[in-house]
Amino acid sequence: MHNLTIAELIRGLQSKEFSSVELTQHFLTRIAELDPSYNAVITVTADQALKAAAAADQRLAAGNAPALCGIPILHKDIFCTNGVRTSCGSKMLDNFVPPYNATVVENFEQAGAVVLGKTNMDEFAMGSSNETSFYGPVKNPWATDCVPGGSSGGSAAAVAARLAPGATATDTGGSIRQPAALCGITGLKPTYGRVSRWGMIAFASSLDQGGPMARTAEDCAIMLNCMASFDDKDSTCIERDVPDYSATIGNSIKGLRIGVPSEYFSKGLNPGTEQAVRAALAELEVQGAELVDISLPNTGLSVPAYYVIAPAEASANLSRFDGVKYGYRCEDPTDLQDLYTRTRAEGFGEEVQRRILIGTYCLSAGYYDAYYGKAQQVRQLIQQDFAKAFEKVDVIMGPTCPSPAFKFGSKGDDPVAMYLEDIYTIATNLAGLPGMSLPCGMVDDKPVGLQIIGNYFDEARMLNVAHEYQQATDWHRAAPEGLL
Amino acid sequence: MDSMSDWDTVIGLEVHVQLATQTKIFSGASTAFGAEPNTQACAIDLAMPGTLPVLNKQAVHYAVMFGLAIDAEIGKESAFERKNYFYPDLPKGYQTTQLEKPIVGRGNVEIELADGSTKNVRIHHAHLEEDAGKSLHEGNFRHGVSGIDLNRAGTPLIEIVSEPDMSSAEEAIAFAKKLHSIVTSIGICDGEMSQGSMRFDVNVSVKPRGSDTLGTRTETKNLNSFKFMEEAITKEVERQIDLIEDGGTVIQETRLYNGDTKVARSMRSKEEANDYRYFPCPDLLPVIVSDETIEELRRNLPELPDARRARFADQYSLSDYDAGVLSSDAAMAAYFETATKTSGNAKLAANWSMGELSARLNNEDLSIAKSPVSAEQLGGLIARIADNSISGKMAKEVFEGIWAGEGDADQIIEARGLKQVSDSGALEQLVADVLAANQAMVEDYINTDEAKRKKKLGGFMGQIMKASKGQANPQQVNQILAQKLNELL
Amino acid sequence: MSIERHEIEKLATLARIAIDDSTINEVSERLGSVLELVDQLQAADTSGVDPMSHPMQATQRLREDEVKELNQREALQATAPDTEDGLFLVPKVIE
Repeated sequence: MHNLTIAELIRGLQSKEFSSVELTQHFLTRIAELDPSYNAVITVTADQALKAAAAADQRLAAGNAPALCGIPILHKDIFCTNGVRTSCGSKMLDNFVPPYNATVVENFEQAGAVVLGKTNMDEFAMGSSNETSFYGPVKNPWATDCVPGGSSGGSAAAVAARLAPGATATDTGGSIRQPAALCGITGLKPTYGRVSRWGMIAFASSLDQGGPMARTAEDCAIMLNCMASFDDKDSTCIERDVPDYSATIGNSIKGLRIGVPSEYFSKGLNPGTEQAVRAALAELEVQGAELVDISLPNTGLSVPAYYVIAPAEASANLSRFDGVKYGYRCEDPTDLQDLYTRTRAEGFGEEVQRRILIGTYCLSAGYYDAYYGKAQQVRQLIQQDFAKAFEKVDVIMGPTCPSPAFKFGSKGDDPVAMYLEDIYTIATNLAGLPGMSLPCGMVDDKPVGLQIIGNYFDEARMLNVAHEYQQATDWHRAAPEGLL
Repeated sequence: MDSMSDWDTVIGLEVHVQLATQTKIFSGASTAFGAEPNTQACAIDLAMPGTLPVLNKQAVHYAVMFGLAIDAEIGKESAFERKNYFYPDLPKGYQTTQLEKPIVGRGNVEIELADGSTKNVRIHHAHLEEDAGKSLHEGNFRHGVSGIDLNRAGTPLIEIVSEPDMSSAEEAIAFAKKLHSIVTSIGICDGEMSQGSMRFDVNVSVKPRGSDTLGTRTETKNLNSFKFMEEAITKEVERQIDLIEDGGTVIQETRLYNGDTKVARSMRSKEEANDYRYFPCPDLLPVIVSDETIEELRRNLPELPDARRARFADQYSLSDYDAGVLSSDAAMAAYFETATKTSGNAKLAANWSMGELSARLNNEDLSIAKSPVSAEQLGGLIARIADNSISGKMAKEVFEGIWAGEGDADQIIEARGLKQVSDSGALEQLVADVLAANQAMVEDYINTDEAKRKKKLGGFMGQIMKASKGQANPQQVNQILAQKLNELL
Repeated sequence: MSIERHEIEKLATLARIAIDDSTINEVSERLGSVLELVDQLQAADTSGVDPMSHPMQATQRLREDEVKELNQREALQATAPDTEDGLFLVPKVIE
């Protein structure tokens, strides 16, 4: 059962080949048996899941079940779940149990999905390797000495290891696409404002966006149908009809203009990765797409701009974690300042502290214009690059990240080496554009991700293209050894 | 030598006005005053993880109304920033406020001074922001800690920033009172100073008389009564002058004035490393106010104090002074107009509202909204004075009765048997009886020079009123008495 | 590039994060390395370019002024570190 896609599981449940309780039990057993090797799931909600599965079976029997009725999924531990610990991968929230659901969680509940538990992640989504989690790193199911990527490494590893057919994730600078690439699965970061951020713990509010992770584009479409909604609780959520992403998935891609940015194939790109991505582009050309050379000249500035804007927003977003209202509080504070400074020094990990300090620096008197102001102008330039490109092409494609999964600790002590991991993904967040990653080959027995960047609200077209690619290839069917 | 005369005082105000919305600026929690701690602080107000702000339409409209009331430029596109600092009553660790693009731009407020002159105070801008919660230092909790109540956190405020156009405590108070009058008149604030609905930060500096160079200013924060504000300014001006004359220099600092102890002190600790790191709030988008909305709010803007004052003088034939007093406070103005309507007598309604009622409210430290005597009840009382049913003296007794909750004027007059005797037959008999019983006084009256006779009337009046147990209508008695004595001449 | 010690101390104070004396050099070095990265921004020609705070050209929606949130104090304080009588308790606030 764990090798079936969500689309196939829906059909299986509806034709009573198996029940949701059986399915749920199957995945719970897999999590219990296999996850100790990966550390992808940090909270398992077995009792609630089985109860929800039983209820789903009744609705399925009654014949008017909603779209995802009885389908087991995992939520990234950044989404607040009513009554279930939501840690954001941090000691700061290790004891935090929200009395409310994120809108994304609510949407899945309405659609009848069964929540198996919560996935591990980089602390407050700050990281590209899952090494910053308070709960320890997640291991890549393809090579357990390698990182799964981050920050949604738990969700990516869980889907790759078939611990769940799909999982929710979030992407601020590549946190869906990069781990999807490194774990050989399919993941989509929608247009900024497409998925509600209510109840999704903020890292950088103008960049954060929730999205689905699954093994196929078709499954991502099914999940996005549920995740995307207008939500009046999020002022930045766009009021716009949600199309049926599954409906257009079989369309032909003949005549599709694919922009290939030269900057995404420059030095620093692993030759094997480049070869796999070029092969994928050639395959799409065979299917009738047209490759167009384009330039995104400000790509090189996206990482510097991001590492001003994201930490600046984070420095304010994380001020609420002060040991007063919820979460961690240091032992026996001597006075108020001691309460603040020790709570935050003990509750936040090193990377989170570093980003708070960088953000504080970039916003402080005398530095604002040179850093924050400048970064916001560069952000405008990056958006203009894309706007110009989309006058000529329908989608943009390239590698998701420079190389396949790297070994734990291999980026050394310099944070910048890790930051450059997101060089191809960050610009889309700055521009607010949708981006996705899907498997397109293997290098050293590790998956390579193909990135598709779409125009605003063009997720249907991206999913369609990805699906057509997956119809013609079977990289998405590959599984780590012993997990098929 | 009076050293004060060698110095010019320069005062600017920052005024925090709580908007009279039902809910918070960014959440749907109630803003009602006086609830149990933290029962009106929802997940958004507590800055729970993942929660997000959505802007209250009414707060935006109220801010625009204020802009229209002071003839200001309205920010058709305004934006919110985050002001970062840590404080236990600030749940997010930043205050959401406006800096670069406030909703209200430059405007003007005209103030009137005691000598009858007027002065224009320029408004630099007014912006929307959220209030903080409260730290309680004493309460039903263990010693050595503070308790945090976040009910007030997120209450919508406008902060009105004036130019430093005031040159005395008197002008600053006149400005503060005028703002109070404006915001209560247009209904955007309840004006309850004791509940913190309006709070003043006062920037004060001094400079040698006539100098063009401004002195270093201090900011005295969070004054919540006109009286404290006046005291704080007077003391701060004296302190700065004394300091400079003794060879010292004023340092830029934030100060706190304690109205109970009458002592001001520096908050220098708060000044250290103040760097608020403002930046655009990514959770909120640009706020657009359309021309249609502005015009609709302008059309429906309630009467402003200056217009009301002119109308009162004209419509009710009030003196300029009376019209000014009655129109400045929206609640007072409404009270007066209701009492006038009920009684049909504006002059008496004005006298009673400004006299007996105001004195009584002042004594008990009550706002007019909390008056135990309603405007309708006062109107009912005045109607009985106007139709001579009761005398002025009786009216005071009846007023006390209404205040004490004994009922309306007519019920009290009836219950206490206070009705004035106005039946002319009965009064003529009464006068005749008193004259007959006091022949000596009558003789004396007749024999007195005509010019001095009038003075003797009081004695007869006293006797007559006594005989009537105070219930005779004095005007009528006066008339009958004069007539009867005349007949004897 | 590294940041001066007093600057790190100022940042730590502003951000309310205690930094141990023994790690301050390391913190400074790593922050310096990130700042070197972001300093690449200075080379960009941004004259006449408007700053961009939001990715979408949308405007703020306004909420009707209706009470929607009722008292949930008990649930919201369930995981609070220290409360009494409905108040959040902190070491004494000195103004």
